[in-house]
Amino acid sequence: MAASEITAKIRLIETVDARQHEFATQGVDDPSAPVKLRTKDLSAWYGDTQALKGVSLSVYDRHITAIIGPSGCGKSTFIRCLNRMHELIPGARLAGQVLLDDQDIYENGVNPVRVRQRVGMVFQKANPFPTMSIRDNVLAGFRLQGLAIRDGNSLVERALRHAALWEEVRDSLDRPGTSLSGGQQQRLCIARALALEPEVLLMDEPASALDPASTAKIEELMIELKKDYTIVIVTHNMQQAARVSDFTAFLLNGELVEYNPTPQLFTTPSDPRTEAYITGRFG
Amino acid sequence: MSTQALPGSVPPPRRAHTLREGMGFSGERIFQALCWVAIVVPLFLLGVLVVDIVFDAWPRLSWQFLSSYPSRRPEQAGILAALAGSAVMIVLTALMAIPVGVGAAIYLEEYAPDNRLTRLIELNISNLAGVPSIIYGLLGLELFVRAMQMGRSLLAGSATMALLLLPMVIMASREALRTVPHALREAGFALGADRWQMLRRVVLPSCLPGILTGIILSLARAVGETAPLITIGALTYVAFLPDSLSSPFTVLPIQIFNWVSRPQVEFHRNAAAGIVILLLLMLLLNGAAIWLRVRLQRRYA
Repeated sequence: MAASEITAKIRLIETVDARQHEFATQGVDDPSAPVKLRTKDLSAWYGDTQALKGVSLSVYDRHITAIIGPSGCGKSTFIRCLNRMHELIPGARLAGQVLLDDQDIYENGVNPVRVRQRVGMVFQKANPFPTMSIRDNVLAGFRLQGLAIRDGNSLVERALRHAALWEEVRDSLDRPGTSLSGGQQQRLCIARALALEPEVLLMDEPASALDPASTAKIEELMIELKKDYTIVIVTHNMQQAARVSDFTAFLLNGELVEYNPTPQLFTTPSDPRTEAYITGRFG
Repeated sequence: MSTQALPGSVPPPRRAHTLREGMGFSGERIFQALCWVAIVVPLFLLGVLVVDIVFDAWPRLSWQFLSSYPSRRPEQAGILAALAGSAVMIVLTALMAIPVGVGAAIYLEEYAPDNRLTRLIELNISNLAGVPSIIYGLLGLELFVRAMQMGRSLLAGSATMALLLLPMVIMASREALRTVPHALREAGFALGADRWQMLRRVVLPSCLPGILTGIILSLARAVGETAPLITIGALTYVAFLPDSLSSPFTVLPIQIFNWVSRPQVEFHRNAAAGIVILLLLMLLLNGAAIWLRVRLQRRYA
């Protein structure tokens, strides 16, 4: 083992060790924890290119599940399959099952729009609607779907507080959403997703375009949010996975190599390829 | 050993760079000069044209000219009928071309499957945009005036004009739709919107300035079109205002064409005055396009 690999490993172990108390009190490796989402033999293609190869894993209710892996390993494809965003790309195909509360979201007769209402998503690049104010961005889900808004002001405040943005924008709710900083825009997008009160929140590298301070805010926020939501986060930052997640899945070339409680995956990985990846030997 | 320099292998002397290098007649300068000429020559020609026209038109530019019908006596002639005809025709054309054109653009850009038929349609729309306007006139004459028995009416003229504008409106609207980032559409879908809701609340508001600009510029072109209307038989001497959709009509360019083709110099002055009014109308429409774009962009930027 080269020195750099040892340091990388030590840093990860320190990170998960620092959370030992949390893991002990939460019982994350409790196999009886309720499953919110389950994929069975999930495969996905873009045209002729297979991006996912038979991935089966369970996402536990009110926990954070991190998906890690090198670029192009299929981790973004994986979470885009969880709320039927994958099929919006021309030429995209899919096989296998995704069960949300034991109901297959790809079954005939399931409306993808209803799925996305229950499984919200935050993207890598913050994408607030440029034609809407901060307030309207938070309410965008309702406006888009043409739903009646009861007591919009308190709804906006609740969602923005939930996303830890309220104090910063309470006096400028009518300014355009795009006038905020990058980190604030990303939290606005989280607020926008939370306003619809989804059950699951998918986050596709939500902090990869942000500075360290904003990243820390988003991570704190995720830990806060898991009290009420099931979170699946894709990240290329292993430290981030070690800091926030309860379970970690390692994907490589579209295959699920290892899926374990986070402390276990980072301290005693069961697959040599996981060991190689987390110590930085590739990817 | 191998990493050490061999004795005697002195590195080549560094070329002396000066900060003044490359300030002579370099390619950069020549290109700049050519570009400058390319912008100045057309501006100069346009300036000469405008000055000449305004000089000719000056004695005729008055309220009387705007509010009179054409006449055999040049000093009593005016453009009221033509101005009214142009205005009504533009409104009717817009009413027909905008819904169909924008709708077609939305279908092609957002709904149509990417197959051979779609590509064939797209190719044909691009080709239609380049078809000479007189061909549209012939189509209008056969289809609207004769087959649909609209006669040489305002409605037939507007319908022909709408056909002429459709390819331009479709192409401009598609360009505008394409400027909306993919990330915004995804955000809309991820919030549980279906395609129509996403289009209405996210995509259309974002690209409205672009679509409106395209429409107004096409309409400005329609104001100046003459050939198709002559083909379908718009009148050249109209001493009344259009009172219904089936009313005969004339428009500014036809009135100008009529005056230019007369031998008397006085009528040429009238033509010049008509041209000034036409140019002002175009300027007004283009100005409206810019104003709208800036206004909408400022609101959302």
